[in-house]
Amino acid sequence: MKVKEIVLGPHVLGSGLEKALEITPYEVILEIKDSKIKGRGGAGFPTGLKWQFAANEAEPTKFVICNADEGEPGTFKDRILLTDHPYKVLEGMVIAGYAIGAKQGFIYLRGEYNYLRKHIQNHIDSMKEKGFLGEKIMGKDFSFNIEIRMGAGAYVCGEEFALIESMNGYRGEPHNKPPFPTQQGYLRKPTIVNNVETFCKVNFIISKGANWIREYGTELSTGTKLFSVSGDVKNPGLYEFELGITVNQLLKEVGAEDAKAVQVGGASGINVARKDFNKTISYETLPPGGSIIVFGPNRDMLPALKNFMEFFVEESCGQCTPCREGNYRLLEGIEMLEKGECSVRYLKELITLSEVMKDSSKCGLGQSSPNCFLTIIENFRDEILYR
Amino acid sequence: MEHRGQVIRENISKIISKHGIGREYLLPVLNEADALYGYINENVLVEISEQMDIPIGEIHGVMSFYSFLNSEKQGKYVIRLCKTISCDMANKNRIEKVLEKELEIKFGQTTDDGKFSLLHTNCIGMCDQGPAMLVNDKVYAKLTPEKVFEIIENYRGGKL
Ligand SMILES: Cc1cc2nc3c(=O)[nH]c(=O)nc-3n(C[C@H](O)[C@H](O)[C@H](O)COP(=O)(O)O)c2cc1C
Ligand code: SF4
Ligand code: FES
Repeated sequence: MKVKEIVLGPHVLGSGLEKALEITPYEVILEIKDSKIKGRGGAGFPTGLKWQFAANEAEPTKFVICNADEGEPGTFKDRILLTDHPYKVLEGMVIAGYAIGAKQGFIYLRGEYNYLRKHIQNHIDSMKEKGFLGEKIMGKDFSFNIEIRMGAGAYVCGEEFALIESMNGYRGEPHNKPPFPTQQGYLRKPTIVNNVETFCKVNFIISKGANWIREYGTELSTGTKLFSVSGDVKNPGLYEFELGITVNQLLKEVGAEDAKAVQVGGASGINVARKDFNKTISYETLPPGGSIIVFGPNRDMLPALKNFMEFFVEESCGQCTPCREGNYRLLEGIEMLEKGECSVRYLKELITLSEVMKDSSKCGLGQSSPNCFLTIIENFRDEILYR
Repeated sequence: MEHRGQVIRENISKIISKHGIGREYLLPVLNEADALYGYINENVLVEISEQMDIPIGEIHGVMSFYSFLNSEKQGKYVIRLCKTISCDMANKNRIEKVLEKELEIKFGQTTDDGKFSLLHTNCIGMCDQGPAMLVNDKVYAKLTPEKVFEIIENYRGGKL
């Protein structure tokens, strides 16, 4: 379970694509499926299956979208990938295009990363010059182009349905499924949306094989994962670990063994206290997300919780009541806790409300925003009640 | 007035012909118009609406959704300080104080000379180097009160 450099390791531009173009699109999808890789954007959907859904659609016009809307508090891995490893992202998108039968890809880049736009465009242009993008890629009968589209400051647009709405020129509001983007996405055509890190990973799966990737991680959570580490820690920054690493091991690597708690998966994630530091991080245990926020021994957890809830109150798109009202009520409850005015009875009501939000909110934002409330209250009830 | 209307028409027309007329280009067009004028006023809105054939109310609805699209004039330099968890834990409140003190405005306000607007924003992906802020499209991290003072001085003097 040592530190691994796979996604962050060396990669020869074109090596993944060359292999991909030697086999059929169907075989590319089989290889991705065989790797059992799950999406790195948070929801953990199997990448190969998503690609297969899109490939199977009869409509001939299809699209590939790279989700670079990275907005989860504490996450910066995608920014670093786009800055230091742009070719890996772009090449992964071309492979995806070949696999599902798309000719056009987009990078949906959050407005906050506007300063990266030129840098990415330069790499797109140079890939074109090198024959890895554009017409007749590597001499094959396959064309693919990539365009950058900017977001404009809305966290919820990272949710794939909202992202598609935004790209179609509407308010970035999630909607009920189906249809899924693989059925009706950009311009209502079959579209795959994948995370920046997922596309990076694809190169290695194709160039080194599904078996090789499966040697890392666990049975159900294969491969390595990038973690953006911040908070009360000696060495904050970007790390790559095998999935299945324990919280303890991770904290040791980053220099935070004295931590009081860790937020795994950002504001939408789970708060883990010392007693649970032996738990592993994987899709089947503690879902990884991209963000690890460490709370040191002297941290007051109530202001941290308040900061999370303020985030959700602001970023909720307001479309459905459980999320719009619920987050607001939770924040109000936190303010009562701050003043020592929240009764045990009311706190219990808020916990019930949280469960309702998880069950009845329309999208992942409202379904996961109560997580921080539930887990921080659970872990630090004594510290927080009637202070 | 007629002349100004003409200039706006031409500018918007240029932006639209660069992107395209379809609904899917609304956000790129709004983004670029916003960058050109610093905000999107009624005149610009009317032009976009007419040229793209999208009702004004619709465009209002889209604009109000995105925090980076301004319907009011902003300062030449828009400062967005991250207030999310990791920056908060890295004492972003000290940076708030310097900014307000140096610019002599509160968050949400613009300086009288129209140079600076001061805003909060959520996580900007610099969490390992907080506190962090954006000034227009530039990112500044590991902020200290002194560093902030220097940055503002430089923008004031037009050195950046
Ligand atoms: C509120 C919200 C915000 C999200 N933000 C992002 C994001 O910034 N980047 C991302 O890749 N996925 C984000 N997701 C997950 C996407 O909906 C989607 O599952 C993901 O982009 C699929 O890519 P993957 O399969 O490669 O993980 C978000 C989900 C929700 C509910
Ligand atoms: S859960 Fe929240 S963010 Fe998602 S659709 Fe409902 S109101 Fe919007
Ligand atoms: S928390 Fe401030 S940049 Fe992420």
